Amino acid sequence: MPDLLIELFSEEIPARMQGKAADDLKRLMTDALVDAGLTYAGAAAFSTPRRLTLAVHGLLATSPTTREERKGPRVDAPDKAIEGFLRGAGVSRDALEIRDEKKGQVYFATITRPGRPAADIVAEELEKVIRNFPWPKSMRWGAGSLRWVRPLHSILCILTDDGGEAQVVEMELDGIRAGDVTRGHRFMAPEPFSVTSFEDYEAKLKRANVVLDAAERRAMIWQEATNQAFASGLEVVEDRGLLAEVAGLVEWPVVLMGRIDEDFLGLPPEVLQTSMKEHQKFFSVRNPKSGRIERFVTVANVETADHGATILAGNQKVLAARLSDAKFFWENDLRIVRERGLEGMAEGLRDVTFHNKLGSQADRVKRIAALAREIAPLVGADASLAEQAAQVAKADLESEMVGEFPELQGLMGRYYAKAAGLAPEVAAACEEHYKPLGPGDAVPAAPVSVAVALADKIDMLTGFWAIDEKPTGSKDPYALRRAALGVIRMVMEGDLRLPLDRFIDAQLLRQKIKLNRDEASDDEIDTLEEILDEIAHHGVFGAAFEAVLDRLHGRDRTPETGNGSLIHEVGAAMPDLSDDLLAFLHDRLKVHLRDEGLRHDVIDACLAMPNNDDLTLLVHRARALGDFLKTDDGENLLQGFKRANNILTQAEEKDGVEYSFGADDKFAETEEEKALFITLFEADVKIAEALKTEDFAGAMSAMAALRAPIDAFFDAVQVNVENAVIRRNRLNLLSRIRHICLQAADLTRVEG
Amino acid sequence: MTDSTVRPRSFQEIILRLQAYWAGQGCAILQPYDMEVGAGTFHPATTLRSLGSQPWAAAYVQPSRRPTDGRYGENPNRLQHYYQYQVLIKPSPPDLQDLYLGSLAAIGIDAALHDIRFVEDDWESPTLGAWGLGWEVWCDGMEVSQFTYFQQVGGHDCHPVSGELTYGLERLAMYVLGVDHVMDMPFNDPGAPIPLSYGDVFRQTEEEYSRFNFDVADTTVLLRHFEEAEAECAAILGQEETDPKTAKRIVMAHPAYDQCIKASHIFNLLDARGVISVTERQAYIGRVRALARACADAFVRTGAGGQAA
Repeated sequence: MPDLLIELFSEEIPARMQGKAADDLKRLMTDALVDAGLTYAGAAAFSTPRRLTLAVHGLLATSPTTREERKGPRVDAPDKAIEGFLRGAGVSRDALEIRDEKKGQVYFATITRPGRPAADIVAEELEKVIRNFPWPKSMRWGAGSLRWVRPLHSILCILTDDGGEAQVVEMELDGIRAGDVTRGHRFMAPEPFSVTSFEDYEAKLKRANVVLDAAERRAMIWQEATNQAFASGLEVVEDRGLLAEVAGLVEWPVVLMGRIDEDFLGLPPEVLQTSMKEHQKFFSVRNPKSGRIERFVTVANVETADHGATILAGNQKVLAARLSDAKFFWENDLRIVRERGLEGMAEGLRDVTFHNKLGSQADRVKRIAALAREIAPLVGADASLAEQAAQVAKADLESEMVGEFPELQGLMGRYYAKAAGLAPEVAAACEEHYKPLGPGDAVPAAPVSVAVALADKIDMLTGFWAIDEKPTGSKDPYALRRAALGVIRMVMEGDLRLPLDRFIDAQLLRQKIKLNRDEASDDEIDTLEEILDEIAHHGVFGAAFEAVLDRLHGRDRTPETGNGSLIHEVGAAMPDLSDDLLAFLHDRLKVHLRDEGLRHDVIDACLAMPNNDDLTLLVHRARALGDFLKTDDGENLLQGFKRANNILTQAEEKDGVEYSFGADDKFAETEEEKALFITLFEADVKIAEALKTEDFAGAMSAMAALRAPIDAFFDAVQVNVENAVIRRNRLNLLSRIRHICLQAADLTRVEG
Repeated sequence: MTDSTVRPRSFQEIILRLQAYWAGQGCAILQPYDMEVGAGTFHPATTLRSLGSQPWAAAYVQPSRRPTDGRYGENPNRLQHYYQYQVLIKPSPPDLQDLYLGSLAAIGIDAALHDIRFVEDDWESPTLGAWGLGWEVWCDGMEVSQFTYFQQVGGHDCHPVSGELTYGLERLAMYVLGVDHVMDMPFNDPGAPIPLSYGDVFRQTEEEYSRFNFDVADTTVLLRHFEEAEAECAAILGQEETDPKTAKRIVMAHPAYDQCIKASHIFNLLDARGVISVTERQAYIGRVRALARACADAFVRTGAGGQAA
């Protein structure tokens, strides 16, 4: 059984694409071979910057011969039909067999497909795989039309039989003829050589300074780097992504450790690390005692007569140039914050557009600061500190360091806030207000950070809601889903009790004021700002709006408030916008809780309750209901409730009235009915007490106590009786059941 | 030919060696384009000649201007005026990487001593409506060239594909010559009767242009020039293809493209003056791109663009 070896040799393949490309080659090629009847014992794929390699061993030498029997027309069918059958089956007339069937004599053809040599199949399938290869980006070159990730230079494709004899698979692709030849390292062993098997190939490559296996290159790099660092009493900062990338940039890794000039050791370690990684693809080497980054490791692709001295000197020089830039930025930034404070640095934000409709970054910062101040007391933060933190939290966007390394935003803010002598809470908020950056990122816990982080995200959401740029389908260019999830996680994980409506309304109104400031009159803006102040007292926009409108009547100078006026328009638009944004948050919450195992109908039942903008309350309620419904009591009570509710609803629809008041125990006839009255009375008290302390589990277990009396009532009593008084009284009794059961959650929304 | 085993001694020697090397490889050695451009790619010998089916091989030095990079001659590496060396060969030859490495050897970079790497870097020019795939070439961790296979220019697919090499001459030369500050680099031979450094030639102009670019260039005038260049480009391309005087078919792709180059440079100046906001920026880039596209459309209708007369 032969072994197959394929190597696609090209100009340098981007490091990030190599691993997947090797996997794709293996999957596509082996799938195609198997589909063509060529099974195999094993396969492995490899990649280097210049080659993709596939080794398949134990391949069938030929595909198996197959036979297919096909039934044709009757013997007495017209010639045309018989000829058509012969053409379709590809056999001659004398090869047909005649068999007796019920309907008479019928022709049968046996179609034999002889097995094909592996070489033919490989040639065919490899061409297809190359032509349709799933590169993330591919290109043409020269005058040809073939596409590959970079120009493809040669194809090595051989089958090696059990005796070790190799046969080149005949194929040609846009002028590239497959052969048994490859080349070694671009500089160290550029001469071509031929190979006879995978083992021969791998060994000769190694002699020609190519380590074929990326995992082996990674291991070599890591071991050598850690050894060199260890010998100097240092440690390499682990970075798997960088290791994979670097292993994809070399065929012959040569690890070199270099020094970082003393001048630069005062830079924050994150700056050193980021600069070295982003620009130079260096590993950082740390002194475990001081935690300082003191050296670097670079991985060259070549061994030189001077043992890398020239290369290392060059790299150190490039690094020094980069770090002088970084140091220059760092010192300039520090000078500015020491002279003018972080507020001084933030001044430039006035000239930075956040969004052409939503204004500058400075406008945004002002809005966030106002909201952070309002949120602060509810999350245990000092209002002035929260406001101050919000005012400077984005200042580092104006720093030269963040201009150069955007990924250091926030972190530099923390350093600069410290340098400016600001409170540690403020410095922490500069970094943490961006959090959580994704579902895996921790949420901030420090109160000031939480206040600013919430304000930041609510400002994002309300801003884009105000200009109607909400996420749709897969489009979410401003990462608003992430912002919403951030709000949800901060509230849940911090067990925060926040009336989100109030904050959403306030911030939406701030956005509206900004959007209209240029066009609107002073009176209009003053009125909108008066409403904004009132939101804090009334809790929601609607009430604040009415209160201010009432107040306007007694004044001399009042803005237009009638139809078509700005005030009227804002008043009309706000409630829907606010509801819509809260619904968006609820949707994200549902997705989040679904991962926790809570059913969507359970959440819906709780969303229907008042104060659903208090997400913590909502979640407590939903969890209690979810747990309750898992018990027998819960399930039975739900059935009892539904039975009562159904009978009641039908009667209400039929009678056209709502039975909601006045069940009187003096009309109770049976013991069961009387018992229910008593139980309901007791439950009502218990449930009210439990709900007062938001003890939903307690309330629900009190409801569960209703289960037996309700069942007994239905067993013993008929509701729809002739006597109208008794019937009405019983319906009103059911109404009490409904009322009691709906206090903790809207059970009508629970399925089942 | 110069002896590449002897290290070059000056900035100009590196340029001369590159010229000799690429001449030896059969390239036409062109001269810089006589307009202000941001990069060698803007030279019509690259932008326009990469379009259409006609073969092409050219190399040239292109003085380039990036007003925002001005540092008054003080930064060791940044300049608002600098030189690029540009090679464009169409169709890209199969041994272009080897040819390129040969050029490094010609200026004294010995591949046996240095670490030369091709690191993924896809090139895109939003103003030219162009993109290509390739690498930045690293020598001992320093980027010394851009290497690109053009896939699209001015919105047209490139057929055949051109291979483009761009060398940042100052940075490359500083490395080869072992100089830490660009202004200290010998411009002519240090043993010449009047040895001149890069600073002798350019320090004063860097200062003058930095001040001009950042604080003095009249933005009202520039904005007007931008609009005028845009209008002129459209007017040129709007002419009848048949010249009424000579009765010949003359599509004026190059004069129109000059206006596109002008608009692009004016945009860079406006950017350096800080008068273009983030959102406006995109709009300006789109306007320059529209000009580049129109010029590319015109060029492929000319003889040099491959259309039979």
